[in-house]
Amino acid sequence: MAEAPTAEKPQEKTQKPIVPFLRLPSEPGEKPYLQGSRCTSCGAVYLGKRMACSKCFSTDPMDEIKLSDKGELHVFSIVHQSAPGVPTPYVAAIVDLPEGVSVRCNITGVEADPKNLKFGMPVQMTTQTIRTDREGNDVVAFSFQPA
Amino acid sequence: MRDVAIIGVGMIKFGRYPEKTVPELAAQAALLALKDAGMSMKDIELLTSGNLYQSNAMVGQRILQIIGQTGIPVINVSNACATGSTAFREAYMSVASGAYDVALAIGSEQMGKMGLLGAGGGGGADPAYSTEGVLGSGLMPAVFGMAGVEHMRKYGTTMEQFAKVSVKNHKHSMHNPYSQYQTEVGLEDVLNARVVSWPNTLYMCCPTGDGAAAAVVCSMEKARQYTTKPIRIAASVLTSDPWTQRDLTMPDINTLTRNAAKEAYEKSGVGPEDLDLIELHDCFATAELLHYENLGICGEGEAGRMIDEGATYVGGKIPVNASGGLLSKGHPLGATGVANVCEVVWHLRGEAGNRQVEGAKVGLAHVIGLGSACTIQILEK
Repeated sequence: MAEAPTAEKPQEKTQKPIVPFLRLPSEPGEKPYLQGSRCTSCGAVYLGKRMACSKCFSTDPMDEIKLSDKGELHVFSIVHQSAPGVPTPYVAAIVDLPEGVSVRCNITGVEADPKNLKFGMPVQMTTQTIRTDREGNDVVAFSFQPA
Repeated sequence: MRDVAIIGVGMIKFGRYPEKTVPELAAQAALLALKDAGMSMKDIELLTSGNLYQSNAMVGQRILQIIGQTGIPVINVSNACATGSTAFREAYMSVASGAYDVALAIGSEQMGKMGLLGAGGGGGADPAYSTEGVLGSGLMPAVFGMAGVEHMRKYGTTMEQFAKVSVKNHKHSMHNPYSQYQTEVGLEDVLNARVVSWPNTLYMCCPTGDGAAAAVVCSMEKARQYTTKPIRIAASVLTSDPWTQRDLTMPDINTLTRNAAKEAYEKSGVGPEDLDLIELHDCFATAELLHYENLGICGEGEAGRMIDEGATYVGGKIPVNASGGLLSKGHPLGATGVANVCEVVWHLRGEAGNRQVEGAKVGLAHVIGLGSACTIQILEK
C-alpha cells in the first residue's frame, strides 16, 4: 500500500497570533511576548519587522528584540460606539514600553470609566484567545491590565 | 513661482442627496464657481478633482461629461480628509509654475449615512483577525479622542473646554446657509449627549454627509481681467507625517500641522497674529483646541483658556470656523478642503452674510487627513 498523501492528513489546529508581532513560543515555560526591531544606526524601536528605518532611513538589518510585557498607560479613550459586532464600552489605549516604542491596545481588567485610569499607571500584558478563525485555529490577542 | 489668485468659488449646501450622483453634485459646485469667476469651461485649462470614495472611478472626467468636455488634462486626487485641499493645491501649483493660466479645483463626496469611517474594515481575508476593539481602536472618534486626552494629560484641559468648541461652532452654523446643520446647542446638551468615544460626545463629532465645492484659480496677471477682487493665494502647503516616536501607533496630528504652519507662514510672510479668520479641521471638538496651538494662535497649553475666553467666536480676537466648522457644516471628505477655501474667500470679499468677519484681510484654511496629510492655504485680499 502506498503511503497516504500528506495533504489528506487532518491539519493540526494551532494557536495563531492576531498580529505577527505577537509571538507565541511553543516551548514549555516560554510566555507570549511582543517582538520589536531596533535600528542599529539610530536606535529607533518599532513593533514587528522592518525593511528600513523611517527615522534615519538606514536599510541595515535591525536587531530583533523581545519587548517588555510591562509598560505605562500614555493615553486612552472610552469607546462607546464602534464597528458592528465590537462589544462596547471598552478602553482603547496607547501604552508606552520601556524600550521606547508604543503599542495600541485595549486596557482590560477595569470597568471602562475614565475614573479607573491614570496617566502613567503601570500596566502588564496579558493574552487571551478571542476567536476561532476559518481554519479552526484559536486566534490569540493581547491586552494590558493595571499591574 | 508666480502669484496666483482665486477668482471664483462655489459650493452646494452640505447634506444628504441620495438621489444625485457624485459627478452631479460636483457639477453644480463647478458651475457656481465658473459663474462666480465669469468664465465657462472653455476657459479652463486643467481640472483637479478630489474625491475619496470613488477614487477609482474617474470622477473628474465624469464631471466634465456633464459640464463640458474640452479634452483638458484631469487629475483625480485622493488624500484622505485632505483630498479636496490637495486637489486645490495641485491646481494652485500648476498655475504658479507657469504651466497653466487657469485651473479648476473641485472637491466632492457622497457618504450617505455610512456610519463610522472604516468601521467595516480590518482583519484582511479572515475577520477573525480584525484588531478593531481588540487592540484598541483605529477609528477616528477614538484616535481624536486620545489626541484630546493627550492634551488633557499635558495641560489639564477639561472635557468642558473641548465641549465649548462644539457650542461655538454650532452657534456659528446658525448663520451659514451652506451648513448641513444649523442648530444651536448648549454646553449641557453637548456634555449630556451620548458618548461616542470619550471625551467626544455626539455633538463633538462631525457628521457624515454629501457635498461639493469648487474654486477657479488663475494667474494674478490674468485674474485682473475678470475681477476687481482677486484673492491671492499667499501660501499653499502640503505636508505628511514625519517620524515621531508614537506616530506609527498613535497618529501624531500635531507635528505635521506645525510643520505646515511654519512653512506657510514663512512662504506668505504672514504670521499667526496677522490672521483675521481661520477655518480649521475640527473633525472632532478635541482636534480644534490642539490646532490653536499647532497654528500658533496661542501659546503652548493655552488653547483651553482661549476657548474659555471666547476669543475664537466671530467678534472675538481670532474667529475660528465661522462657517460652523466640520462639526456643523459637515465633512463630505473630498469636498471639505475646497469648501474651507470658499468660506475664507467669501469673508475676504465681504460676502459672508450674517457670519461675516468684519474687515477680514487675511485668512487661513487648514485640513488634516489621517494617515497623514496636512494642507494649509493662506489667502489674502
